[in-house]
Amino acid sequence: MNGRHSLASAHIGVAVAAFAVASAMGLLQALSIADLPFPHRSESLYYLAVTAHGVLMALVFTTFFIMGLGYALSQESLGRITGRGLGWIAFALGLGGSAAAAVTILRGQSSVLYTFYPPMQAHPLFYIGATLLIVASWIWGGIIIASYRSWRREHPGVPAPLSIHGMLATIILWYLATAGLAVEVLGMLIPWSLGMVGKIDPMLARSFFWWFGHPLVYFWLMPAYVLWYTVLPRAAGGKLFSDSLARMVFILFVVLSVPVGFHHQFADPGISANWKLFHTVTTYAVLYPSFVTAFTIIASLEVAGRMKGANGLFNWIGRLPWGDPFFASVALAMIAFTFGGFGGAINAAYAMNSMVHNTAWIMGHFHVTLGTTVALTFMGATYWLLPRLLGRELRLMALARIQPYLWFAGMAVFSISYHIAGLRGLPRRVYSGSLTGEYGAAWHGLTRSAAVGAAILFLSALSYVIVVVATWVGGKRIPAPAFEFATPLRPATTLGIWDRFGLWTVLAILLVAAAYGYPLLHLYAHTRYGSPPFQPF
Amino acid sequence: MNVEFYERIWMWAAAGLLLLFLGAIFVTVGVQAIQPPSHIETVDPTALPTHPEFGTPAVRTRADGSVVVSVVAQMFSFSPDPIEVPANRPVTFRLTSADVIHGFEVVGTNANAMAIPGYVSQFTVTFKEPGEYLIGCNEYCGTMHHNMVGKLIVKKAAP
Repeated sequence: MNGRHSLASAHIGVAVAAFAVASAMGLLQALSIADLPFPHRSESLYYLAVTAHGVLMALVFTTFFIMGLGYALSQESLGRITGRGLGWIAFALGLGGSAAAAVTILRGQSSVLYTFYPPMQAHPLFYIGATLLIVASWIWGGIIIASYRSWRREHPGVPAPLSIHGMLATIILWYLATAGLAVEVLGMLIPWSLGMVGKIDPMLARSFFWWFGHPLVYFWLMPAYVLWYTVLPRAAGGKLFSDSLARMVFILFVVLSVPVGFHHQFADPGISANWKLFHTVTTYAVLYPSFVTAFTIIASLEVAGRMKGANGLFNWIGRLPWGDPFFASVALAMIAFTFGGFGGAINAAYAMNSMVHNTAWIMGHFHVTLGTTVALTFMGATYWLLPRLLGRELRLMALARIQPYLWFAGMAVFSISYHIAGLRGLPRRVYSGSLTGEYGAAWHGLTRSAAVGAAILFLSALSYVIVVVATWVGGKRIPAPAFEFATPLRPATTLGIWDRFGLWTVLAILLVAAAYGYPLLHLYAHTRYGSPPFQPF
Repeated sequence: MNVEFYERIWMWAAAGLLLLFLGAIFVTVGVQAIQPPSHIETVDPTALPTHPEFGTPAVRTRADGSVVVSVVAQMFSFSPDPIEVPANRPVTFRLTSADVIHGFEVVGTNANAMAIPGYVSQFTVTFKEPGEYLIGCNEYCGTMHHNMVGKLIVKKAAP
């Protein structure tokens, strides 16, 4: 292992391990919903698998990967990691916490899903373990900020490297988002799970959860965008189209992505319609930076194709390096996001939401967005990172080349099936698609095709894990290639409005206060009775 | 900030598209008064059996002819079951949970709301097509979540 990057490598390793376990759990679920028999199929195993898949994919894989990426970028773009020792302590906390939570899940003591809505109650170690993971990520954020400040003292007056600008924005957003989670978990769930308080208000808890739950998706997406903006154009052989707009995009996410949580709670009582409408407006606003990203990235790719000699309207597309596993992963991830983004606009559409709320459509939706846009970008980035972090050549290159296409094909089948099944009414997260056995004619064929998609996805996931393990243990030792970041067509040379993190953070806090202040106080003002715990699993 | 010409066009077009989406939503809100279920009312989830309304969940017809259905969701059923309502008349559902969080989705309609213990969900739907509808729980509520189904029977209204 390359010493400067050992911290980053360790995090990526944990991320891949979590991904491997979670992938198997994903396949189990799809087979179960389709009523396909397999050994030990049972209700308990199914709901355990849903929980393990969600927690390991959405929280452990993503958080560890992002932390690893942050350390790698800090080392390369800033030339330092300030507080490396503390980084290892955070790593141990995060790993220990995740392992503790995972053990309680796999023992069947915490089948509460990754949303862990009370009054369903998990083992206390589930909440405590998850908290330790979040604490680890807080320490990680502090280390990146400290590294940036140390760099800033030596480089006054120039903009931060774009990759660091994006990571700093991600970290600020993460602190804003996890504040809501901290109130829920530290203030409500942990005391309740330890028996220190008898009752909990499920409505208040889930409102705090969604304060965190939607910005969580931007916490995943922004590091993916960092890779799209700062690595992809170079990997494609071109230049970044616009540096200042990229900075604007990251800042807009900081400002807009937290005050949107009620679009997950359209169907909830306890929140008035006008506040739901407020969150609808902010939800549409936060689509905007993604629209800008679509232009900048595709324009950058066109620049790449033209630098390679393309001169027609569309023939630059064919000149792009589709055989490079990093490029192919990210390009396919972006194609998926054009569909996922519009699906998201449907989910957020206030009244239209009632046709898709909590149906299989939603499973279809977040598997194209999180499951492809983010996950496929991270998988492709692993292929880019490993030689640079480990000083080893990527092994099984042919498998790495096929893997992104396999993922995209499997996801197309899987996701389209569940989108349609959801429109026909299949509720999400059901052990059996035939429900009590009498229903399901409208969607039974679709649960089968989704299972076929899931099998293809599993093969792709397996290929990814095999390539990573083979490279890690047996890749040919090479001098670590340089981290090559894209150069902008028009570089930013002076500090601008989008570099003023303090100003935008204050604005973001004000907007969160406006979006959540009154509705939460209103809930507190009601006579609230609270619920005792239930463990129906 | 120096923004390239085509990018400028794109940015305005993207903003226009989002305003169009939001405009469509605001039109339905303003003109058709479309709203997601957003009622605010609390109830003691541990005392439902003695509650005047939710102690005996049932379909009731008010003096003005409007229909109110009080529904209790619990692991792993809905009461009352089946629910019988007339077609082409506004039906107001009042929904709560006796234990964990459940969902209440009438498949093939836009009746879709959460049943949260301690709170009453309320929404009004008019069913145009007589027939039998599946009610599914669409929020994970325990090992038998997928078995939690009910039936809604929409009857042709008497002339």
